[in-house]
Amino acid sequence: MSGVTLEKFSYDNKIVKYFGAATLIWGLAGMLIGVLAATQLFLPEANLGNPYTTYGRIRPLHTNAVIFAFVGNAIFAGIYYSMPRLLKAPMWNKTLSWFNFWGWQLIILSAVITLPLGLTTSKEYAELEWPIDIAIAVVWVSFGANMIGTLLTRREKHMYVAIWFYLASFVTIAVLHIFNSLALPVSFFKSYSAYAGVQDALVQWWYGHNAVAFFLTTPFLGLMYYFLPKAANRPVYSYKLSIVHFWSLIFIYIWAGPHHLLYTALPEWAQVLGVAFSVMLIAPSWGGMVNGLLTLRGAWDKVRVDPVLKFMVVAVTAYGMATFEGPLLSLKSVNAIAHYTDWIVAHVHIGGLGWNGFLTFGMLYWLWPRMWKTNLYSVRLANTHFWLGTLGILFYALPMYVAALTQSLMWKEFSDMGRLAYPNFLETVIQIVPMYMLRAIGGLLYLSGAIIMVYNLIKTAGQGIFVEEEMDEAPALAKYQSQAGEYWHRAWERKPIFFTLMATVAILIGGIVEIIPTILVKSNVPTISSVQPYTPLELQGRDLYIANGCVGCHSQMIRPFRSETERYGEYSKAGEFVYDRPFLWGSKRTGPDLHRIGGKYPDSWHYHHMVDPRSMSPGSLMPPYPWMSTNTLSHDDIGAKIRTLQKLGVPYPEGYDEIARADLEKQADQVVENLKGAGIEVAPNSEVVALIAYLQRLGTDINKETADLPIR
Amino acid sequence: MQKEILRTIENVEIYPLISLIIFVLFFIGMFWWVVRVDQKYIDHMKQLPMNEEHQKTSDHETNKN
Ligand code: HEC
Repeated sequence: MSGVTLEKFSYDNKIVKYFGAATLIWGLAGMLIGVLAATQLFLPEANLGNPYTTYGRIRPLHTNAVIFAFVGNAIFAGIYYSMPRLLKAPMWNKTLSWFNFWGWQLIILSAVITLPLGLTTSKEYAELEWPIDIAIAVVWVSFGANMIGTLLTRREKHMYVAIWFYLASFVTIAVLHIFNSLALPVSFFKSYSAYAGVQDALVQWWYGHNAVAFFLTTPFLGLMYYFLPKAANRPVYSYKLSIVHFWSLIFIYIWAGPHHLLYTALPEWAQVLGVAFSVMLIAPSWGGMVNGLLTLRGAWDKVRVDPVLKFMVVAVTAYGMATFEGPLLSLKSVNAIAHYTDWIVAHVHIGGLGWNGFLTFGMLYWLWPRMWKTNLYSVRLANTHFWLGTLGILFYALPMYVAALTQSLMWKEFSDMGRLAYPNFLETVIQIVPMYMLRAIGGLLYLSGAIIMVYNLIKTAGQGIFVEEEMDEAPALAKYQSQAGEYWHRAWERKPIFFTLMATVAILIGGIVEIIPTILVKSNVPTISSVQPYTPLELQGRDLYIANGCVGCHSQMIRPFRSETERYGEYSKAGEFVYDRPFLWGSKRTGPDLHRIGGKYPDSWHYHHMVDPRSMSPGSLMPPYPWMSTNTLSHDDIGAKIRTLQKLGVPYPEGYDEIARADLEKQADQVVENLKGAGIEVAPNSEVVALIAYLQRLGTDINKETADLPIR
Repeated sequence: MQKEILRTIENVEIYPLISLIIFVLFFIGMFWWVVRVDQKYIDHMKQLPMNEEHQKTSDHETNKN
């Protein structure tokens, strides 16, 4: 390179510091909320006696905080550090960088406010309402624009594989987020999904699975391919393998979503496709893991002493475990046992605590001393963190596996008489309460490790001098231009764009083949003629069910197994969900399935159960909702809700929005009347009345004659 | 019932077939490229993250390979 003029430029460390600090702060908050949620599952008093901190609202707050705040900020920190260095160019636009930073923190803040208030779509990992969804799209695109701008001004001709992962993540999350969030607003804080029932479920899990893939996995693989070689001070084991890893991973991942919906009312061919691709995923995933671990060949002596490498080794191993378990869980026979149980919770925490958490910790321990030009304050504290974190993962995961197997076997066990051995669902819950306690201890251990890290990093920063701008120099890429002529220069410039397009095509192929047939299915035409839209009061009750996150503990999807039909009743049919916007199938049964709850108990039972679950079910873990009997609904929004649903194709009669209010009051009076018969006084506009109306409707349509439909 | 849903899409049988063909072509293409790719390119790419060594701020032992 002698004789070439070098251009001077600098890397912005300040933005990395800010994103890193945000990761630390949100990480502690997210883990703390997680420990609270874990505690609520064995101590209902920990719901703290108000609507805002009940489990149903805390759980989505935890998942959002951990995924989008902790992991999200870690991704940005890692990319804003590695990308400029790999491309020998500062990030393209500082204003965009800071817009990215503050925009993202504001989005998280709005989640912290809206989720406890019950403003939610209830779709997992996409709970935030439409105005926030739009903000997410804008900030995300600004992040992408900043990356592409940097690529166009780069001084290194080639894009290292880490950048491939960054770009693919950006594109795919953008596509997924936009398609899954499509909804029609009723008001500023309420919308109804553009999809209904089976369609909604398929789109949601196409999104949900790929959020795991392209938010929690591919960006972190990019980080692994950069920070692991840096920390080990040796290049990646096989670059060719990383190419294969990249293309096969992004190509296969996008097809695997339906494995979340096995044995449900989803069409069989989509389930089969989902299983096949999920099983194939193991090949690229393990290719990546092996590539990561072999990068350390000959450096294992270093691993023993360097906490950064220790964290990274466990992270990559956890990635391997989670990606072995994932395909296993996609097999129909395993899924039949594991679905709806704590096995899935264990699985995601191997990924979350092990892979995302530990890689983030390793990265931060590596970054901090470099950006502050000093050594880590205490290697011993970092090692303590490492052991606390590892113990935390074990104490988290092992009890969950035991809980899952125990409970699943109890659900499925039949007595000699051919009856369910444990007909009372609650019995199977109480059995695993000790495991829930151990799990909370695991979470606490992990959190204490993280607190030690924060202290260690603050001390590290305190003893060093922060390098806000790091100088570097490199020859301009334009040099090649003069040699090869204008044409080539432009071809190079276009290459990253072309590459981004290729990656987009790869993920769209899977998306299209999976989604289009389902969209084409005319799910708005009821395949079961007696299935009718919800009445206005039931609709209000349903929206309460959504706002309170009941879906976090209750499924509404009875699978066609004898153990389930025996327990809950007739299995769920696709045609029963055509008016469900959003679908509420759920993914975890902490409580029993509710799809056939309608008519199972008198209204008064539900009243007492909602006010104090343990009065009806001694030992229940369900949070009490006493305020529901006194909180009232204005019902002023019912006309707007009906009109919105009509626009989405729900066949309420023309002009029904005008008379919906009267219908609602009539039905409410009926419920109040029923409750009075049991000696309960309650206002007709109280929340519990609407909720009872909804619960009593659930799953009853298939038994009805078309004549006595609620709405004609 | 599931057949009923599928009947509303014409020629649904074609979907698995298309998937398979796209899939096979994709992987043949990828492996073909990876096997033939220039070794100099691979070596260059491998070194990219390691090439920051002339930065003065870096305090970990440098690797001059
Ligand atoms: C922390 C998890 C959790 C949350 C959140 C939760 N439940 Fe429950 N639910 C349970 C458990 C456990 C049971 C079984 C024990 C019992 O009957 O209380 C149950 C039982 C029920 C039952 C009786 C089912 C039957 O077949 O006997 C109904 C109805 C119910 N829940 C409704 C709701 C509604 C409505 C909400 C939201 C406002 C809700 N639950 C929120 C855990 C939960």
